[in-house]
Amino acid sequence: MSELISELDAAGMHPPVGPVDATHGILLYLEGVSVSFDGFKAIDNLSLYIGDGELRCIIGPNGAGKTTMMDIITGKTKPDTGRVFFGQTIDLLKLDEPAIARAGIGRKFQRPTVIEPLTVLENLELAMSGAKRLRGLMTTRLSGEECDRIAAVLDRIGLTEHGGRLAGILAHGQKQWLEIGMLLMQEPRLLLVDEPVAGMTPAEMDRTAELLRSLAGSHSVVVVEHDMGFVRSIADQVTVLHQGRVLAEGRLDELQEDPTVIEVYLGAGDAYH
Amino acid sequence: MRLPPWLLSDRAGLVLLAVLALIGVGVPILNLWVPPDHPLHLTAYTVTLLGKYLCYALLAVAVDLVWGYMGILSLGHAAFFGLGGYCFGMYLMRQIGTRGVYGDPMLPDFMVFLNWQELPWYWHGFDLFWFAALMVLVVPGLLAFVFGWFAFRSRVSGVYLSIITQALTYALMLAFFRNEMGFGGNNGLTDFKDVLGYPIHADGTRVVLFVLSALALAGGYLACRWLVSTRMGRVLVAIRDSEDRARFLGYRVERVKALVFTFSAMLAGVAGALYVPQVGIINPGEFAPLNSIEAVIWVAVGGRGTLVGAVVGAVLVNYAKSWLTGALPEVWLFALGGLFVAVTLLLPHGLIGLLRRRREATA
Amino acid sequence: MPSRTLIRAGFLTLALALLALFGASLARAAADDEEVRATLAQLRDADFDGKTELIEKLVTLNHSRVAAILQALSDSRLYFQEDPERIVIGSGDGAEIAIEDAVSGEALGQAGKRGLDRITANNRLRSLIENRLAGLGLASADPQQRKAAVEAFLRNPDPVGAAPLRARLEVETDTGIKELLALALALADLASDDATVRAKAATALGGQMQTEIRGPLTRMAAEDSDPAAREAARIALTRTEFRLQMLGWAETLFFGLSLGSVLILAAIGLAVTFGVMGVINMAHGELMMLGAYTTWLVQQWLPVNWSLPVAVPLAFLVAALVGIAIERGIIRFLYGRPLETLLATFGVSLILQQAVRSIFSPLNRSVASPDWMSGTILLGPLEVTLNRLVIVGFCIAVFAVLWLALQRTRLGLEVRAVAQNRAMARAMGVRSARVDALTFGLGSGIAGVAGVALSQLTNVGPNLGQSYIVDSFMVVVFGGVGNLWGTLVAGLSLGVANKLLEPWSGAVLAKILVLVFLILFIQKRPRGLFPQRGRAAEV
Repeated sequence: MSELISELDAAGMHPPVGPVDATHGILLYLEGVSVSFDGFKAIDNLSLYIGDGELRCIIGPNGAGKTTMMDIITGKTKPDTGRVFFGQTIDLLKLDEPAIARAGIGRKFQRPTVIEPLTVLENLELAMSGAKRLRGLMTTRLSGEECDRIAAVLDRIGLTEHGGRLAGILAHGQKQWLEIGMLLMQEPRLLLVDEPVAGMTPAEMDRTAELLRSLAGSHSVVVVEHDMGFVRSIADQVTVLHQGRVLAEGRLDELQEDPTVIEVYLGAGDAYH
Repeated sequence: MRLPPWLLSDRAGLVLLAVLALIGVGVPILNLWVPPDHPLHLTAYTVTLLGKYLCYALLAVAVDLVWGYMGILSLGHAAFFGLGGYCFGMYLMRQIGTRGVYGDPMLPDFMVFLNWQELPWYWHGFDLFWFAALMVLVVPGLLAFVFGWFAFRSRVSGVYLSIITQALTYALMLAFFRNEMGFGGNNGLTDFKDVLGYPIHADGTRVVLFVLSALALAGGYLACRWLVSTRMGRVLVAIRDSEDRARFLGYRVERVKALVFTFSAMLAGVAGALYVPQVGIINPGEFAPLNSIEAVIWVAVGGRGTLVGAVVGAVLVNYAKSWLTGALPEVWLFALGGLFVAVTLLLPHGLIGLLRRRREATA
Repeated sequence: MPSRTLIRAGFLTLALALLALFGASLARAAADDEEVRATLAQLRDADFDGKTELIEKLVTLNHSRVAAILQALSDSRLYFQEDPERIVIGSGDGAEIAIEDAVSGEALGQAGKRGLDRITANNRLRSLIENRLAGLGLASADPQQRKAAVEAFLRNPDPVGAAPLRARLEVETDTGIKELLALALALADLASDDATVRAKAATALGGQMQTEIRGPLTRMAAEDSDPAAREAARIALTRTEFRLQMLGWAETLFFGLSLGSVLILAAIGLAVTFGVMGVINMAHGELMMLGAYTTWLVQQWLPVNWSLPVAVPLAFLVAALVGIAIERGIIRFLYGRPLETLLATFGVSLILQQAVRSIFSPLNRSVASPDWMSGTILLGPLEVTLNRLVIVGFCIAVFAVLWLALQRTRLGLEVRAVAQNRAMARAMGVRSARVDALTFGLGSGIAGVAGVALSQLTNVGPNLGQSYIVDSFMVVVFGGVGNLWGTLVAGLSLGVANKLLEPWSGAVLAKILVLVFLILFIQKRPRGLFPQRGRAAEV
């Protein structure tokens, strides 16, 4: 009971997590991570390092473990073995989803997930960092500084004119941007972006690529994508996952020459544009 | 006086508050000061009936807060309503004193009848009004908090949650039917004499209880309206529409759920506490699963996620119930059953949704 | 075939001749009526000691009427008639009773009690008679009668009467009676003067649950003068207690299994609609109610003994059709909106309840049980009621049929395919709308069949369904949604848990405790005992 009360203590709404320490140039460590469902190894002794400010693309055939890997990083799935660290000090396996989000990891889902009955502005306000304690929630007003932050993000995702519209009536591509905008409101260090351009027109894809490239440097960005053209347009480093392991890592044009990669993935043909 | 913007933009809510103010003043006048032979005179029966509707409406608002805004379909809110009612019923029982059939100064009649020698420990303190009033909030709130804390933390949601809330109220019903529980078994608590020293059947007392119900409904409505207009309200909607999104944005979903669920249970408890002195009895039948589901259908009829709709639905359905069970008792369950089907199939946004669509179409 | 007829006739003649011979020898061996009459004549004036002697003498006479006469004496129905002077056996009450000649058994019409002088007996005589009658019965050719004779001795042990038992034990061939005889002798030995014989007898009687045996053993453990004998009796009693306890557990287990079977029957249809299709059908209980009412209707037309075999398929059909109507009319518009489905089907349940109330009256209807379901049967030492046993068997049968239907039929395959991946199944050419309707019909039909079983256990009324709906949802959720075996295990364990708690806490509290346990359990393991895993479960 005392645990229950202390956990609920309003001041302790989230456990204290220090700032991210990326002094060695690496922001995310996955080391020897394995997880299996019903005997099926979804992730098999996976090791992966994401550099500070890096933009990394992850590709791989269906069932390669891309989404499961994101689930592990964001705390939705706990691995059977392995270590997952955010910077030098933050052990992500000890945190739950909200705590990981607050530590500075934002995640965009495969299907665009915005809160449709709320306006674009309200969606961004919802995602704003620093307002998630109980006291912060019991208000109906925005401070001037908060308004400025929202305006900046609106501008960045190109939805300034749509601030008052309901998220539900946005076009598909705009919802994807809004979701990325919501991640930005969280002020994360690491963005995990799952299939950002699925269903987008070529023009929308170009804008998305531009947006993601502009985020790299100040943020680390991990993009899971099937569309090779899009991958080529944004990433310098590409990781190929296959059967829960890292099959190869390198520049896309190098990988396209790699016979093993061609065999398991690119050889399949349909995914290669 | 200037209204805060969150209220100013809520036109339906302002209409509701105006109506409540009107009947809060009008009903006492029509009952107490208009002579009985006058065609506009309201009988004590009507006043009590209206008071009952207001209590149901407050229960509906509580259900709408968790279902309409947070997506938790509670099939157990009648349990919180009933617990609030029992808490206040215990106070009223203690007020009877020596005027009971057996004239025992301490023990209520049913305990004397069961040959109990002393008051069970949990009946102590209920002779004090302030204590009982506190318990009306604490008991349902505590149950909701403990239940919600465990349920939400283990991510029980959707229909699973609905079913275990139903099991909760069902278990309470079985428990309260037992004489050994010390709450009067299947007769429940009744034969109340007075409240705070005023005779409970007097016209003046009834009118005061009615006005209090109207005030409680207005207060409950305002509290919920304010809550859903804060950032918290946005979080609730996010939880309803995409729990994972809310969680990955950094919200502790289970805590928010537990808190709002608790608040809603307290509102239901208040509604129950005001209900009991007006109808004069509380028994385990109040915990019947059907009651909880009926409360849900009030909300559905009015329009979930609107708060005003909950009030409208509760009053309309209960008015229909009073009328039909009197005029055509055979038809009532057919009508109620048909209402469930029709509303879910044809009117997913309820009456308020229908009105809004009309207005948008004409605008 | 004349030759065969001839042979048969020959055998018949031979048999008749043998019988005649046998009968003649019997007549020679038996005492003639006069000797019995002479003995009886002395009964009237003898004191109790004299009567004891006379009884012993009668027993040695080996006359076919001795047993009847002794029984009459024991029942105070043996009279001396003054005019004409003779001993008669009376039967009936009142001033005039029917009489028959004690020795010949010839009916003598009515006689007034006034002219009859009752020959009295006391309790000592009565127990003597019972004992001697037992001895007489021991010689009977009918094993049933021999058994009855030994049991009579067990009820009324007497060391003196043990001798014929011992003799019988030597020649008895029926093993059941042999064991019984050994027990009876051991019981007689408890009264032996020799402490070692007593102790040995006590040991032999350990574990026997009859009260006639436990009584003397208990007395012996408390009062016997010899400490070793006391100890032997105490140990023997401990064994008895243990066996009694085991029997009690077995009984509880059986009650639990039978309650569990009811729960499974009620829940298994839900396991199909909720588990396989993900549809919450709050009208499930009312579909069971329809099945129960179908049984009642069938019984209005058919004799009770034939009604159930007809009612089962009919109830399945009725409930399945109503179920399909619900699915086509309501549920199919609400797929993917489970909470709305819950509300709409709840509305259906209210309508069905009220419909039954309006058509059949709000009062309970009593459904009769066929003969082959009433009474009790012995399962080893356990006495169980037949209707519970039949329900357990019925539950197993329904489960097996459903299991086979889902595993071995084309429809079953399609149902499982749609349950796992609707889009993929459609792409493979499964008409998912048809499968949905049929699956729902299947689940509903099983509810109807469960209703037939329920009609044999509880009152059939409009509220029948309501009392089972929470329980059956709990069973499905506890077992793990989408897992028929889970439902089976959950139903049985909840049934047994309920019955285990009942003696300790009372029925209502047991039910509450089980509910509270379930609420806590679901919070700990939201997916139930046997969760579905993998991607399909995430959706």
